[in-house]
Amino acid sequence: MEKTFEAVPSTKKPMTYDTQKKWLGVAFSLPALVLLFTFLVLPVMLAFVYSFMNYNMLNPAGKEFVGFDNYIRLFQDAIFLTSLKNTMYFTVLVVPIQSAVALGLALLVNKKVKVAGLGRVFFFSPVVTSMVVVAILWTFLYNVDSGLINHMLHFFGIENQPFLLSPDQAMNSIIFMSVWQAAGFQMMIFLAGLKEVPEELYEAAEVDGANVWQKFRNVTLPSISHVTGFVLIITTIQAFRLFIQPYVMTNGGPSDSTKTLVFMLYENGFQFRDVGYSSAIAVVFFLIVLLSSLILKKALKQ
Amino acid sequence: MRHQTKKKIGKITVTLSILVLGFLFIAPLLWMITASLKPETLIFKDMGISAFFPKDVTFNNYAEILFTDRVNFFHYMWNSLFSVSMIVLFGLIVNSLCAYALVKLKFPGSALILIVIIALYVVPFESVLIPLYIVVNSFGWINEYPALIVPFIASAFNIFLFRQFFMGIPKELEEAAMLDGASPGQTFWRIIVPNSKPVFATAAILTFVTHWSDFMWPLIVATDESIRTVQVGIQYLFADRTIEYGQIMAALSLTTIPVILIFIFFQRYYVQGITSSGVKG
Repeated sequence: MEKTFEAVPSTKKPMTYDTQKKWLGVAFSLPALVLLFTFLVLPVMLAFVYSFMNYNMLNPAGKEFVGFDNYIRLFQDAIFLTSLKNTMYFTVLVVPIQSAVALGLALLVNKKVKVAGLGRVFFFSPVVTSMVVVAILWTFLYNVDSGLINHMLHFFGIENQPFLLSPDQAMNSIIFMSVWQAAGFQMMIFLAGLKEVPEELYEAAEVDGANVWQKFRNVTLPSISHVTGFVLIITTIQAFRLFIQPYVMTNGGPSDSTKTLVFMLYENGFQFRDVGYSSAIAVVFFLIVLLSSLILKKALKQ
Repeated sequence: MRHQTKKKIGKITVTLSILVLGFLFIAPLLWMITASLKPETLIFKDMGISAFFPKDVTFNNYAEILFTDRVNFFHYMWNSLFSVSMIVLFGLIVNSLCAYALVKLKFPGSALILIVIIALYVVPFESVLIPLYIVVNSFGWINEYPALIVPFIASAFNIFLFRQFFMGIPKELEEAAMLDGASPGQTFWRIIVPNSKPVFATAAILTFVTHWSDFMWPLIVATDESIRTVQVGIQYLFADRTIEYGQIMAALSLTTIPVILIFIFFQRYYVQGITSSGVKG
């Protein structure tokens, strides 16, 4: 690509460096822009359009505009309301728990002890494992009869728990596993933030006679507030996208207790082939994610 | 003196906490690998602490899923490795060129384009899943490699990552190249690329790890066994109850190995990618 452009000035009238720069800028950015348009911008626009259509993949010729019908149907659909509730429940619990665990781990491995490096690797190791692998592994671990977790509980005199088989425990089991899987990721971000807190601040606090908690409350937390904000936002967005865990572990059950927005979107789009309805779910999902991160951003600024 | 002992106790507490919690974090993975090396009958017999120690080590489970006709896991690994490598390769070229153009070659509208690209980063993939499927289907790519590769080459996140790095390259370097008579294209190749190796490494690793773990998209566009990827492959193994546990454990371990290798060898860039995206943004 460079070669052809180099050849231009020598054959025709010489192009100034600045004009050459401009044209090359267009040429260099074009591949990415065309791809982004085709596979991101266009689909976003199509999602909005389809959400106002009655459109089934099995009968694409019969598609027609139906106004807000899909949205009206959506908010009267008991399964949608359940999925929304489940997704919110997961998010509201996972975000604070995971962030707190991640911060705790970061504080531990930020201490100058010999095992800190080892701890970092151990806490991060579930992150390098894909969610599908983790979900399959934990389905075995959670097994009522042969699971390692029930075996351990038995050791402490606790009777076997149904975990994924119980509508009351399934989502909590998924939450526990998800925190274990991803906390190491946020830990790394917190750790980078902690490293930037000036040592003098702690020394000054120590001179003032501050204890461990006061140092954490008055020095650490305010110094890393921008990192905390970032962690909360990415964890929230990640939480809303919950899909693989229920898909692999519970298939949305038992009795829809782990069905989520994305699960429902997938189910309607690719099992029932209902493009219109599924697109309406996608648009609502997008707006929820967008609004939540905007609200969070605003709240964190204060 | 009292201060010294207090510090020592603190250190011991921290060390013990790290070791105990560390075991809890590594235990499921340790079990996965140990079980993959055990004969089938021992996997659910060895409970408690013996679950984490290898016994009667055998590589049968690996041989079964890799080299028999029944499960073609080797082929799934290849499909994933090939498609993800293509995304990384083309992605590095396309995204770095775009970032360079937007940051250094500024043309009319380039500032606006940059804002749009950053805004696109907030679109969750799931919300474009169905229309993207329809677009890809209209190209006739369902169950073909391009479906797994082409939509992910351009990445708003990677363009942003490159932009952050390129902005930090001193203007003097480019000006010197310009005075030497280098064209903007040559400047990119001779000045920008050699000075940006860390960001190329970071982008490559993050892209590889992200797409190696992809599940939802291959699940819907790569339904044919000939193009099935690892993540979908293990889900099929898991859902097919006739398969033995040891073999699933071997498959889970194999799926994890490439990312573990990357983590071990490129830990610095990997972690840099995670943190640089956050702390600055």
